[in-house]
This record gives sequence, C-alpha cells and structure tokens, in this order.
Amino acid sequence: MTRYESWGRFPKATHDVVRMNWRDMALPPDSGKSMLPFGNGRSYGDCCLNDQGILVDTRGLDRFMAFDAGMGTLRCEAGVLLSEILELVVPRGWFLPVTPGTQFVTIAGAVANDVHGKNHHRAGTIGRHITCFELLRSDGTRLRCSPTENPDWFRATVGGLGLTGLITWVELQLKAVSGPLIDQEIIRYGRLEEFFRLSRESDTTHEYTVAWIDCAATGASLGRGLFMRGNDAQGAQARPAKAGGARLSVPFDPPFALVNGPSLRLFNALYYRKQLQERVRSTVHYPTFFYPLDAIGAWNRIYGSNGLLQYQCVIPHRHEETAMREILGQIAGAGTGSFLAVLKVFGDLPSPGLLSFPRPGATLALDFPNQGQRTFDLLDRLDAITMAAEGALYPAKDARMSPDTFRRSFPDWRQLERFIDPRFSSSFWRRVSGESR
Amino acid sequence: MRKVLIVGATSAIAEATARLFAADGDRLCLAGRNVTRLKAIAEDLRVRGAAQVETVALDANDFSQHEPVLSQVAQAMGGLDTVLIAHGTLPDQTACQASVEMTLEAITTNALSVIALLTLIANRFEQQGSGTIAVISSVAGDRGRQSNYVYGTAKGAVSIFTQGLRNRLARIGVKVVTIKPGFVDTPMTVAFKKGALWATPAAVATRIHRAMAKGEDVVYTPWFWRWIMAIIKAVPESIFKKARL
Repeated sequence: MTRYESWGRFPKATHDVVRMNWRDMALPPDSGKSMLPFGNGRSYGDCCLNDQGILVDTRGLDRFMAFDAGMGTLRCEAGVLLSEILELVVPRGWFLPVTPGTQFVTIAGAVANDVHGKNHHRAGTIGRHITCFELLRSDGTRLRCSPTENPDWFRATVGGLGLTGLITWVELQLKAVSGPLIDQEIIRYGRLEEFFRLSRESDTTHEYTVAWIDCAATGASLGRGLFMRGNDAQGAQARPAKAGGARLSVPFDPPFALVNGPSLRLFNALYYRKQLQERVRSTVHYPTFFYPLDAIGAWNRIYGSNGLLQYQCVIPHRHEETAMREILGQIAGAGTGSFLAVLKVFGDLPSPGLLSFPRPGATLALDFPNQGQRTFDLLDRLDAITMAAEGALYPAKDARMSPDTFRRSFPDWRQLERFIDPRFSSSFWRRVSGESR
Repeated sequence: MRKVLIVGATSAIAEATARLFAADGDRLCLAGRNVTRLKAIAEDLRVRGAAQVETVALDANDFSQHEPVLSQVAQAMGGLDTVLIAHGTLPDQTACQASVEMTLEAITTNALSVIALLTLIANRFEQQGSGTIAVISSVAGDRGRQSNYVYGTAKGAVSIFTQGLRNRLARIGVKVVTIKPGFVDTPMTVAFKKGALWATPAAVATRIHRAMAKGEDVVYTPWFWRWIMAIIKAVPESIFKKARL
C-alpha cells in the first residue's frame, strides 16, 4: 500500500514523487509532466491524484512558524496536520475554527478543498478563517494571498484543489475554547421531517450539529437516525486531551470487502438502536465528538482493494426534503447501503472560494463499497436527482462525476482557468474539464 | 533545563530530535550550513516550547571554525551541557571507488569533522565534569560491505572514537552515546526503495531523546538492528567476503 493514493483507493494512479521539505525549495524543473501538491491523501477520489504525472509531497513542510497564544493566530507550513495543530493549541485554550471529520488532513489540503464541519451553520468553511497564505507558482513567483492582498488569487486558491500553485504556508485565526471537552447530546429520531425540525431548532442553540442516517430504513422510517449536537463545554477542567492517534488499525487488505449488503443492513439496524433512551447527554473529549473514525487507523481498508466511493451532495433548501427522500429511497432500494451516511444542514455564510462546495442547503455524505458498474449506476441515479434539484457534488469526495455534473455544480468553473498554474494538473481536473493536461 | 547544541541541525533526524528537546522546554542552539533553514527550524522549535533557540552558521569541514563556534554557542546559551552531532552525507560508493578525492571528502565530512568536534567538546565537558554527548553513527560502521564501505569506514571510525571517549569520560560522569540507526526515511536516503525495515525520523528521534536522557552507551534504532548486526558480525570473513552485500 503506497502513501500516494487517495483515501477511497479508487481510481488507481502512478506517479513520480518529489518531496518538498523546505519553504525555500523550488518546484521541480519542467520535465514535460504536470505536477500536483499532495498532502496526506485524505480526499477520497482523484482530486489528490495526478496519474502519470508528478506529486509534490508536502508532508515535509511540517513546521510551525508563529503562534500568538493571546490572539489565537497561528502560522504554519502547508503540510502540518490538523491533529498536530490541535496538540499544540488545545492545551493553550484554542481550537480549530472549522474541522472536517478527520484530523489527519494537512492545513493546506483543508484550504485547497475549503473544508467544512459540524459548525458550518455558525462558522462557514475553513476558508473564512484563513487570514493569509503564500502561493508558490511554477515560475518561481511567490504570492502572499489574503482576503485583501491578491484577493482574486485567494478566491481561486481556497477550494482551488491545488491547481493554482503550491501553498507553502498558511495563517489562520483559531477560536477560543475553555477546554478539550464537548457537551454532546444524541437524539434518536424516527423520520426525515424530524431531522429538519431538529436541525432548525438546534442551529440557534448548538455550535455543532450533524446526523447519522440509517440508510437501510424505508417507508415511514426513511431518513431516521441519530441527531448529534454539541457545544464547547464551558468552564471545563482542562484535562489533557487523549492522544489523537489511532488506537486500532486495519493492518492489511482483507481479500474481499468486509462491507457488503447484509453487513451494512445489520450495522445500520444495530447502530440506530445503540442507545435505548431517545436522548442521551454526555461530556466527551473532542476527538470522540469530531473524529470517531480516526480511532481506527486505515479504516478504508475494510472496503477491500477495490476501494470505496464517497458521495457528497448539497441540495438547496427549496428542494432539500424531497430530494433527500428520493436519494435515500434509491439507496435503500438498491440494497447496497452505506456504512456512514451523514446529513447536515449548511448555514448561509458565503464560502470564500471560487470552487467552494458548501452553499445554503442540506448536505448528505455517503460511502459505498466499489462494486463496479452497479455502484456507478446507482451514483449516476443520485447525480440525476441532485442535478434536478439544482444541487452540487463535492470534488474532494468524488471519483466519477461527469463533466456536465461538475459544470452544473460549479457554474463559475471557467473563471478558475486563468489562475491554474500552467504546469499543474490533477486526475480530477482532466476528468471534469476535458483538458488533456 | 538542558543547554543543547545540535550540529547538522537541518538533518531530518536532528530536527525530529530537536522537537523533543523543545517540548521539554530546553535551550537549543542549531548549527549548520544553511542559515535560512536553521531559522525555519528555530521558529518551529520556539512555537513548540523551547526556552531559547539560537542558530549559528557552521561548516563542519572547516575545522578552524569549531572552537570559536563552540565558544559562541556556550556564551549564547549561558553554558553547554548536551550535544548531538548529526551532520553527515551518504556518499556514492561507486563514484568514490573511482575518485580518491571523493573518498577522502566523504571520510572528512563523516569522520574527521566529527572527531575534531568531539575532541573539543570532550575537553570542555571533562573540565566542567558533566555533560552528554550523542553522535549519530550508523549500523553501516559495524562491518565493511562492498556496497557501502566508504561511508561504513567513516561511521566505524566514529563508533570506535566514541567508544574510547566513553571509556575515558565514564569515570567523571560525562555520558557518551553512540547512536546506530538502520534505514531511516530521510532526504538523505530519498533515492532508495523503502521496505519493512525502514523507520521514520520521528521514531528514531524518540529513541535518541530517551537514550540521551538516560545516558545510554550504544543504541541501535530501531531496536532490531542490534540483532541483525549481531548476526552480520558473526558471519566468518571467509564466507562474508563472497557475499553480495
């Protein structure tokens, strides 16, 4: 298993790898091959791949540059992991302003995908909290970008999928917390309408909201699940946070996918009943709340060597309930199920990137074992529903959307072209833009 | 609080080890040729908790710099009690075989400059009656092999020199730690295909940091190299000389 694959392990790709270990290093000289920055390989599809080209591995850029513990501003190199930031700042009373569902992404990867989290309704995407970064272009130019300095480059690079150049360092504004603990509440709910009701109600009372959906449920139970909401625990004793690293790990590829129809139906049915009471409140450490899957190292291996396909769409409010119903109906009908189905309502704060995914509406994330054509056919049917509802797909999760779906998801995509570095490309970009390099 | 000098501080193993000293709140002085990069590391170590981080330009092969730099370092930190010598190169064996100049340069960088520095540091620590000196040698110094014997010669010299120094200074309480890493995935070894025996700089650094804190003698890292090298050293020369190693 190579480090240079995407988290979904599909599609497969081969690369030349160049390691970028110092900010003052130059990008590799022109060999006729295109290049793409590579962080920690946690995007799912092919936006972190550059088949037959060069990957510039940025994990060696893992130095902090400045931390103002009074103001909560942090500047660090591109390849620093969110987990490394948390280890540094949580004991000093700060937290990431926005975090995705894994802490094992690099900060520059988070910027390049303009990631969102459970507090999107309050904080928007991570791009809104990035105060500055440096962009290294293949001609050697170094551009300082912020919302006010080179703002057009800032807008193109936040959510720009690594195509506009290599981010060498990032400065962000952290948010103050009183400790490493989260007060969480998990509410079992029985139908999709209840999710939307709970979500509306919680948006004003809770910093973090998300729901896990039982996607094997049908009929009146369609969309049932566990609604999880939380707030930073106030005045909590600053107990040391548990180590963020994986406690268990999947050590090898099982000969076939352990995730299949029957196991998924069973898992979903059991997980829905994991708590007997309708509501359970508890105070937990932040990794338990934000990163439950990080506790199992290399969990993507349970899908076998064919890998998994993630699917994440956003549906505007006016269509959200009907479209989600259709999508969940399709999935339950296909019997293929999803291990992790996550539903969240985005807030209205504008995303700063030209190609940012989050926009007002409801977002659903699913993962499917790659069972070949039947999985692709199902995802095409989900695309049709999303497109009819004027929604969009998330590039960071995608390995198969059509150029047409991409263009309808990101009507401004053409504007990105003039910012793309002439020597940069990705498998994803070639696929959706139809360009050869 | 230790007052630590790291020579060759931009090496991946040295940098990873420096982070552990920084987390302990120690004072650090980073020596190396590339001052821009030393400064990038210094910024990082300050954020990670080092009480003080200084940088100093040093070309280890310019022996005349050694004494003035050591004095400067001791002055900047208000003393010196811990040294990690980590600089080195991995010479191209085939190229060395064709060039006396390259062979001697590899020996100078990897052995003579280390021995010169150790001589000065040992005398300082002997005089102050305390201190810890750690040197990154290599498993390659345990036995000469056709694929890597120029590097192995230099590292073997360093291993024996530190062994002698340890014997000389043990009585007065100065610790000398010989570190013998196996394969480590660093920029120095970027051209090699990596397998199961390869370790990360962070893992090796953790071991070095512990060995320095405890004042251990000879440390193989990762640990299994002690046994691998014990077997390799035990093979009779009559057989070993015919092996393709």
